[in-house]
Amino acid sequence: MSKKNCNNPSSKSVDRRSFLKGTAFGLASLAIPFGTSDASVWDAFFQKHFREMNDNEIKSVIKRMEKEYADEYKTDFKIKTTGPLPGVKFGYGLDLSRCIGCRRCAYACVKENNQSREPQIHWITVLQFEKGEKWVNVFEEADRYYNPQEVPEEGHFYMPVQCQQCENPPCVKVCPTQATWKERDGIVVVDYNWCIGCRYCMAACPYGARHFNWGKPQIDKKELNPDVHYLGNRPRYKGVVEKCTFCIQRTRENPGRYPACVEICPVGARKFGNLLDPESEIRYCIENKRVFRLKEDLNTSPKFYYFFSI
Amino acid sequence: MNLKSLSKILLIVSIPVILLLMLSSYAASVDDTTDYPVPPPPFSEGIFPCSGCHAGMEANTNRRELSFHEDIKLKHFDGWCFNCHNPGDRDTLRLASGKVISFKESEYLCGQCHGTMFRDWKVGVHGKRTGFWNGKKEYRLCVHCHSPHQPGFKPLKPLPPPVRPEDSKYKTSETIPLNPLDSIKE
Repeated sequence: MSKKNCNNPSSKSVDRRSFLKGTAFGLASLAIPFGTSDASVWDAFFQKHFREMNDNEIKSVIKRMEKEYADEYKTDFKIKTTGPLPGVKFGYGLDLSRCIGCRRCAYACVKENNQSREPQIHWITVLQFEKGEKWVNVFEEADRYYNPQEVPEEGHFYMPVQCQQCENPPCVKVCPTQATWKERDGIVVVDYNWCIGCRYCMAACPYGARHFNWGKPQIDKKELNPDVHYLGNRPRYKGVVEKCTFCIQRTRENPGRYPACVEICPVGARKFGNLLDPESEIRYCIENKRVFRLKEDLNTSPKFYYFFSI
Repeated sequence: MNLKSLSKILLIVSIPVILLLMLSSYAASVDDTTDYPVPPPPFSEGIFPCSGCHAGMEANTNRRELSFHEDIKLKHFDGWCFNCHNPGDRDTLRLASGKVISFKESEYLCGQCHGTMFRDWKVGVHGKRTGFWNGKKEYRLCVHCHSPHQPGFKPLKPLPPPVRPEDSKYKTSETIPLNPLDSIKE
């Protein structure tokens, strides 16, 4: 008897290399979902980056996704992949002298964009500041949980903050998988199937505009919005980051509706339009009103303009 | 010779035509009452047409306590009914210039004093505008948001604040909170 077989007399000798090889194959075979009859799991696993897919690949991905969503949410979703309109760069204006802090915008956004109700995600945060005491860059000192009987409260002003759609977005720079990028019309989007949930972008965003799905997003079935865009308001997965897209599913149409927050605002403080069109509302605001952008010193160059009309 | 006379005739004929065209285009630019597609004015139910009651009444231009319309509390400059309403025909409004306008174009009446607001409203920057950013837009009359008799904007109850991270608990799907937006009616 050789020394090798002393400990295991009943079997052949297994050297280290073949043991590791066998273990690797064994584990790999366990990971393959043999039980699933359709190939959709494989397709989802090997799905390419959104910008690397050709039209046919996108079409088949959309078909697969619509089926997945229909199975999961018992609702027929229509997933659009509408591209940017030529000659359009979106800009947004918010009139701080009008906003009364009623939070209608935050909840209209939740409704339009299928944000998770539990755990709760809001793309718009309305901050309350005391007049004259704080500078608006200090978000941390502002109150976002104010809840009086009526707004506006005496001696306060309100500033809703959402994605500023930067021309020079720090969140895009830090993404290790390029799952987020700026489109030609200036909207910063996320491919939820490519996001690995590392949350670097959330750390990089100076506006706190990105939100993470800590749990599986839950939405009551009757509150789902079935009109969705691949890069926008389609239902998200657990463990991905999401953000405002200027209601990409509405605004990229021709004619395109205003974003949901613009539509709901009871005081008309929110303005939206094409920065490249000299006749647009947003250009009028920039040219005729006192305008500022948040944290301009960071050189992020937001396309979200706060202004004062009085 | 022939050509010269022809051109002369052409010139003579074209001058009034051009003048007419200019005049008509000028008229079109002045008459911009149809430029702002607005929904009908927000009358209280059953109040319009005013002539329904006022047709046989003599217009009393004296400032006094009203025995009807007592629900109207005028908190809008130091004015009186006939600063805006037309004593000659109650179904219309009257500008300071004496020009009579319909209730559907009351923005011109408000614009007499609130010129900067009117200017911004026309381009869609003052007030709410919905519809399509690159297509047909829906305006609202001043009076859709501001009661003409008490124009101050009424305070609103805010929707609930976001859940604090420390209060957030991941629950199972039986208790998904509903959107509070659907519970408000305005």
